[in-house]
Amino acid sequence: MAKLVSSFKNMALSLTVITLVAAAALAGIYMLTQARIEKQKRDAETAAQQAVLNGDANGKAIKVSVDGFGGKMIVMVGFAQDGTILGYKILEHQETPGLGDKATWWFKQEDKPNQNIIGRKANGQFRVSKDGGDIDAITAATISSRAFLKSINDAYVDFMAQQGEEVEGWAGASIVESGVAEPDSTEVAEMEAVNE
Amino acid sequence: MNKETKVLLNGILKENPTFGLVLGMCPTLATTTSAINGMSMGLATLFVLVCSNVVISLLKNLIPDKVRIPSFIVVIATFVTMVQLLMQAYLPTIYETLGLFIPLIVVNCIVLGRAEAFAAKNSVGLSALDGIGMGLGFTLALTILGAIREFLGTGAVFGLHIYPENYGALLFVLAPGAFICLGYVMAIMNKIQNK
Repeated sequence: MAKLVSSFKNMALSLTVITLVAAAALAGIYMLTQARIEKQKRDAETAAQQAVLNGDANGKAIKVSVDGFGGKMIVMVGFAQDGTILGYKILEHQETPGLGDKATWWFKQEDKPNQNIIGRKANGQFRVSKDGGDIDAITAATISSRAFLKSINDAYVDFMAQQGEEVEGWAGASIVESGVAEPDSTEVAEMEAVNE
Repeated sequence: MNKETKVLLNGILKENPTFGLVLGMCPTLATTTSAINGMSMGLATLFVLVCSNVVISLLKNLIPDKVRIPSFIVVIATFVTMVQLLMQAYLPTIYETLGLFIPLIVVNCIVLGRAEAFAAKNSVGLSALDGIGMGLGFTLALTILGAIREFLGTGAVFGLHIYPENYGALLFVLAPGAFICLGYVMAIMNKIQNK
């Protein structure tokens, strides 16, 4: 078959047909996968709830969202009734690969007491050592670490609110400002990473 | 060597998308932070490349020249979206690490480049082979780069630790390391090929 000439009619016709077929194909795939995608999301959340509670039937899982270094960070935290942290799981994040994304495991290594938070009693005052706290931030990812600890503090405030008590979370974690006020080498490294 | 083998090997060696044609640098630099990320990105691109090459080769006579670029882009974007939806539904763990990068395949010029330079002028069979060859070449290049960066930056390859992470040079996981590694690997490849 000879190639269609580029007349106005041919061009309009072929573009219309191609886009229509593409739209139909996508609609089909979307309908086919939508139910499964929704289910995957729900399953992931239930699984996360189970995981962060670590088998404690009286515990509570709290989901919070904070601004991380690269975007929103959604964290699920499990608390025992007395406020002990049972576990955490980062459900969504956009932290720098190789740096900030280490938060997914950095703070739950029970053999490293300087950075582990699992099994500690939350008080809404967690902060990194650079801010005067006792938790070591992720190497070269201070901002992501601050954001993560803020999520734990926020979750604790929510948790206590559900128990009918009001506590104040540490408010000093205004993440970006403190980074600007005293720029140091770690933050500069993170800034560069953004240019990806 | 017959024509088919030549077409297939062309993409892997002589006209390797990354080292030979230097196309698709954005995903190359962005996703090669580890070997597994690079490889997954390469395989997703391979799939899109084969599908789009076949469809475009089939349609080549039905698409008037003046609207070929928009037509190609619609075809490519459709396949990329399909990959994204299917991966999200059936391979959620891979989607979790790679999801962000899948839409990047649309703007990967290697896909459009092969549609324009090869699929629009050759038979369906050869176009499919070209897609496989180019896709494998791209996958190979991304896996090598990812492995080097992961090894130098974190002391691991495919997540297997070879030396302690503390001794890794973080630079190689970050953007500058991507450029440095790409430059050196490209130089080595050129040296080998020019012999």
